[in-house]
Amino acid sequence: MREKILAVIEKNSRIDIRDLAILLGESEVAVANEIAEMEREHIICGYHTLINWENTSEEKVIALIEVKVTPQRGMGFDKIAERIYQYSEVNAVYLMSGAYDFTVILEGKSMRQVAQFVSDKLSPLESVLSTATHFVLKKYKDHGTVLCDEFQDERMLITP
Amino acid sequence: MRNPLSEKIVTIPPSGIRKFFDIVSEMKDAISLGVGEPDFDTPWHIREEGIYSLEKGRTFYTANAGLRDLRVEIHNYLKRKYEVSYHQDKEIMVTVGGSEAIDIAMRAMLDPGDEVLVPQPSFVSYVPCAVLAGGVAVPIELEEKDEFRLTPEKLLEKITPKTKLLVMPFPNNPTGAVMRREHLLEIARIVEEHDLFVLSDEIYSELTYGGEAHVSIASLPGMKERTVLINGFSKAFAMTGWRLGYACAPEVILKQMLKIHQFAIMCAPTTSQYAAIDAMKNSDDDVDHMRESYDQRRRYLLHAFEEMRLECFEPMGAFYTFPSIKRFGMTSDEFANRLLQEEKVAVVPGTAFGDSGEGYLRVSYAYSLKSLKEALGRIERFVNRLDGK
Repeated sequence: MREKILAVIEKNSRIDIRDLAILLGESEVAVANEIAEMEREHIICGYHTLINWENTSEEKVIALIEVKVTPQRGMGFDKIAERIYQYSEVNAVYLMSGAYDFTVILEGKSMRQVAQFVSDKLSPLESVLSTATHFVLKKYKDHGTVLCDEFQDERMLITP
Repeated sequence: MRNPLSEKIVTIPPSGIRKFFDIVSEMKDAISLGVGEPDFDTPWHIREEGIYSLEKGRTFYTANAGLRDLRVEIHNYLKRKYEVSYHQDKEIMVTVGGSEAIDIAMRAMLDPGDEVLVPQPSFVSYVPCAVLAGGVAVPIELEEKDEFRLTPEKLLEKITPKTKLLVMPFPNNPTGAVMRREHLLEIARIVEEHDLFVLSDEIYSELTYGGEAHVSIASLPGMKERTVLINGFSKAFAMTGWRLGYACAPEVILKQMLKIHQFAIMCAPTTSQYAAIDAMKNSDDDVDHMRESYDQRRRYLLHAFEEMRLECFEPMGAFYTFPSIKRFGMTSDEFANRLLQEEKVAVVPGTAFGDSGEGYLRVSYAYSLKSLKEALGRIERFVNRLDGK
């Protein structure tokens, strides 16, 4: 049941527990318990809203920063990651395989603010060897959802 | 001027669906639960293959029977899924949708006066195709008490010395009924005893619910040589607009079907055939995902019907429910028309699928949850009004 619950709420976390229970053919209580259990186990870590900021008047800049680091004795990648992800402007931190170590996704009000973060906070960290900052120009699809076009049912109204 | 028309075509009534479609099309802002096709787009990797084939300039005719690579994939697919083995060069042909396959199978097999047994309610094409092929269509009226299955009793009742062909439309559009192995075995025994042939339309074979997979009647002992198996890409892979299906049959029958196809159609669309190769090979995950999604909405619809006391047997296949409206004392036509006029919800009257559909509606669940909710809310309001609530 877990996988099925997750598959539905990953796309629509606002669905009624009642509707969800009907869709899955389970009782409301069982579904509610399972969700509560998954929250406790940190399988479900939050319920966020997918916002297309481009359609608001809010100015936002998103940057993807490649970070190379040298892990130091007694301080593996996790510790370095922690020093980065504690900043509130950091949206996501991933440890990567390949040419660099971390992907840091950063949200700022302006390019200047992002640049400042990189030069004042990220680069000076002892373990950080280098950074490469890429600015996002346009989001086409995020969290499995296409942001740029509207769904239209183009089927005929009645077909055999 | 002389009458330009053939008597035969004039006597065939237009599809009951068509009539209703004309009414619905004139109504703006109607919500429809009336379509007979998936709400998913064709998975992108399949569309991509179609685009790629166009880019490569694969814009020529294919062999009459279809691309050999596609026939090989159809062979593999049927073997893997339904444990039935057809020879790719002699027993498989690619058609323009399952619909063409129905037509040419009837034309290849029927002589004037041959009787074709058509269990109903069922897809709208069987009877007209049988008539156009010179046959005599004999409906078998399926009933809700049998969960709309074809029972041995009902079959035996309609067999005469002239009976040649039995249509097996399962999983069924519009009822959602399925036939399990044990039911098919009983039918197969009668088919053999009476030396009949079977046209098995298995277009919804991928869409069965409750864990039991579809069984093809062709996979039963002694049945392959008596069966024309029809399937296609429309429902399983959400490819209705690509117009692609296939027929598998013993060589003696397929050869003649191919002859008609060769003269009337030439070959199925080349772009669609290239895309379909990918569909057969790489779509198991997509199909699983779509099936699960239909299953969830199936439960949702059944639950809503139960709440508004609209009696409905549990469909185990396709993507339709077939609720009974008998308790309102209206015909299907009246109910559907009033529902459309008063609440602007379009569903298809059961009678569009044969007389035995009287008292029922076909309600499709190939819609988003949001649309289903809105439509079900309106249906509930309508039903409550009829109930004097």
